[in-house]
Amino acid sequence: MNRDGNTTLTATLTIQRGVPGQAARTETREVPFEAGQSVLDGLRWIRSHDDATLAFRFSCINANACKECMMQIDGKTQYACTARLEAREMQIAPLPNKTLIRDLWTEIAPSDERLD
Amino acid sequence: MHIETDVLIIGAGGAGMYAAIEAARRGAQVVLLDRSLIGRGGATVMAQMTVAAAVGEQTPDHWEHHLADTLKAGRGLCDPALSRLLCEEGVECIREMDAWGVGWARVPAADDAPPKGLRAVMAPGHDRARCVYVDFLNTGPAVSRTLRTQVIRTPGIRRVGDLVVTDLAMREGRCAGAIAMHAPTSKVVSIAAKATIVATGGLTRLYRRNSASVNMGGDGYALALRAGAELIDMEFVQFFPIGHLAPRLIGMDPIMWDPFRYKLGGRLLNGEMQEFTERYGMAESGTYIVTRDLATYAITKEVEAGRGSPHGGAYLSFQHCDAAELRAAFGPVIARLAKQGIDLTRDAIEVAPIAHYHMGGVRVDTRMATAVPGLYAAGEAVGGANGANRLSGNAITEAFAFGRAAGRSAAAAVAKPGVAPWDGALSVAEAALAGGVVRTLPFNPAEMLVKLQALMADDVGPFRTAAGLTRALEQLSAMRATLGEFPPRAGDSFDAARLDWLDLRNMLLVAETVARAALLRNESRGAHQREDHPGLEAHWAVNQVVTLKAGALGITQRPVPQAQEAHA
Repeated sequence: MNRDGNTTLTATLTIQRGVPGQAARTETREVPFEAGQSVLDGLRWIRSHDDATLAFRFSCINANACKECMMQIDGKTQYACTARLEAREMQIAPLPNKTLIRDLWTEIAPSDERLD
Repeated sequence: MHIETDVLIIGAGGAGMYAAIEAARRGAQVVLLDRSLIGRGGATVMAQMTVAAAVGEQTPDHWEHHLADTLKAGRGLCDPALSRLLCEEGVECIREMDAWGVGWARVPAADDAPPKGLRAVMAPGHDRARCVYVDFLNTGPAVSRTLRTQVIRTPGIRRVGDLVVTDLAMREGRCAGAIAMHAPTSKVVSIAAKATIVATGGLTRLYRRNSASVNMGGDGYALALRAGAELIDMEFVQFFPIGHLAPRLIGMDPIMWDPFRYKLGGRLLNGEMQEFTERYGMAESGTYIVTRDLATYAITKEVEAGRGSPHGGAYLSFQHCDAAELRAAFGPVIARLAKQGIDLTRDAIEVAPIAHYHMGGVRVDTRMATAVPGLYAAGEAVGGANGANRLSGNAITEAFAFGRAAGRSAAAAVAKPGVAPWDGALSVAEAALAGGVVRTLPFNPAEMLVKLQALMADDVGPFRTAAGLTRALEQLSAMRATLGEFPPRAGDSFDAARLDWLDLRNMLLVAETVARAALLRNESRGAHQREDHPGLEAHWAVNQVVTLKAGALGITQRPVPQAQEAHA
C-alpha cells in the first residue's frame, strides 16, 4: 500500500541478459512504480535492491546529456533516461546493431576511441 | 596491455580536453582517457549555463573586477594566484572557444548591422553582467562538442574511452603513469607517462541529491591522495539551492532552472506562497541576486520551520512572465516542459538544494603541479581557486584556464630529458586492485553506494554538527571494513559490481576527508555551515590540507597564500 492507501503499483521489466556466446536469456523483475520515473530509474533500482551485476551503460543519470543509455525498450531504440517507466510489463533488450558486451551494455564508442 | 606516452590525461571533460589540445599543440604525445566516452561523461557536458569571464564586449569589464568578486565569494580562503589565473586566462580561453565556433550568444544587432559582441548576463555575486552562454540551455553540450572536435583535429592525441584508472603508478618517488581497468573486457592496462594530469572533476556523487554524472565520485582526489599529493579545502561542498525537486521530470538536468532565473528573475516562495529570503538577510523581489550559500540556508531553514513546499523544498514561480516572454527566453525547452505537463505561466515548480560542485581538491601551484613529481591536476579536481564558496559561472572557466595551464606545464616538463619510462610491471596489490580477485561479495555494492549517499546527505550536507559528523565517520569506517581489500572478479567482460567496488574504494576515502575536515573546522564559512558553531571565526581564515601517510589521513591548518604583486 502506498501513502494514499492504494495498492502499490509495479512495473514489470523483462530484461535480456547474458554475454556473447551464451544463449540469450530473459529475466523478469518487479520494480515499484512511481509516476514520472524513467526506465533508467527502474534499472538502477534493480541494481541497488536486487542484483548489482545487471549491466547497462549510463553516465549523466537524468540529463539526457551523455547519450549513453540507449537500448531497446518494447522493441524501439530509446534512451532509458527519457523513456517513461510504466506500470505494466516492459521488454528491455540491448541495441541490436552494436556488439554486445554484457546484458544491456553494448560497444558504442567510436572505433578510434577503443583500446584495441 | 601496456601503453607509453609523453602526457597522460585522466578525464575527458572540459579541463582534460583543453589540457590535451594545449599539450599536443606544444609538441607532446598525449593519451586522453575517460572512464566513460570521450567528451560525454563528467560535468562539463551537463553545464547548462553560464561561463564567467571579463570579456567586456557588452559591458566594459576587466579580469581584475572578476577576481575581486571571486575572492569575495571565497570568504577569505582563495589562493589568489589560482583565482587570478582563472580570471585572467579565462578571458583568452573564452575567445579561443569563440574562434573554434562554440556559438556564444551575441548581443542582438539591427537587421543590416554586423553582429555585435558576446552577450553576457548578470549572475549572483558578480558586480556586472559577465556570464556568457550558449542558447538554449546548451552551454555544456556546445562546449563539449567544440572541444571534442578540436581534440580530434589536433595531431598527437590518442583518445581512449571506457578505461577506469584504479591507481597512479608511483615509481622511485615519481608519478610514472597509471594503472587502469578496461571496462568492456576487464583487462588490466598500464599507461607509462612522463607527466600525468588528473582532470576527473569533483565529488558530488557522494550525495543523495546531486547534479553529477556517475563519474563524479571523487576518483581523482583519491588517486592523487594515495599517490602522496595533498588535498585542500575538502570540507567545502557547494550545494546549488534550486535543484529541481518536483514534479518529477525525465531527461532534464536538475540545474535547469538556473538559466531561467538569470534571464527572467523568477520568485522563490515558501509553502505559504510568500517570499522568504529577506528573513535570512537578503531580499530578492523577483531578481536573482541571492548567493548560493545564503539561498541554500534560507530554503533549508524554511523547510525546518514547517514552511516548505509539499516535497520539502521551496516553490519557484515564473507566473509573472507571459507565454511569449517565456518562449522568447527558452524556445524549445518550453515545449519539452509542456510535454511533461508543466505550464510555467500557471504552475510553480518545487526546488531544493542539490550537491553541485566541490571547491576543494588537489593542491597545486599555478603550473597545476602537485607535490608529487610528474603529477598535475586541472579543472574541478583542483582546490584553492574558489575558497569556501564558488562564484556562479567560474566552473567552466576554471576547466578551460586550468586545463590549458596543466597542458602547457606538462608539455614543458616532458620536453626536458627525463628518466626511462616505466615498463608497466605491477606489484601484486596493484594487479589485484585493477584485475580483481575471485571472491563473492558478501554485500550489494550498488546498495552500499546508495547508503553512502544517504549518510553524506544527512550528516555531511550543507548543515553540519559535531554529533552528525562523528556519526558519519563511524559509519564510513564500518563501510570500509565491509568493503574488503580487493575487488571481486566475475569474468572477462564488463563487470558492474566490480566497478561499484572500485568507486566505493575511492568514494569512502574521499568522504572521510570531507567529514574529517568539516569536523575540525569549528566555525561556519561559505558552503561549510556548522549549526553548533554558527559564526565565522577570524582565526579560521586558514586552509586545511589533507595527506595520506601509511594509510592514515592527516589534516593540518595552513595560512592562506597572499596575493603577490604582479611581475612586470
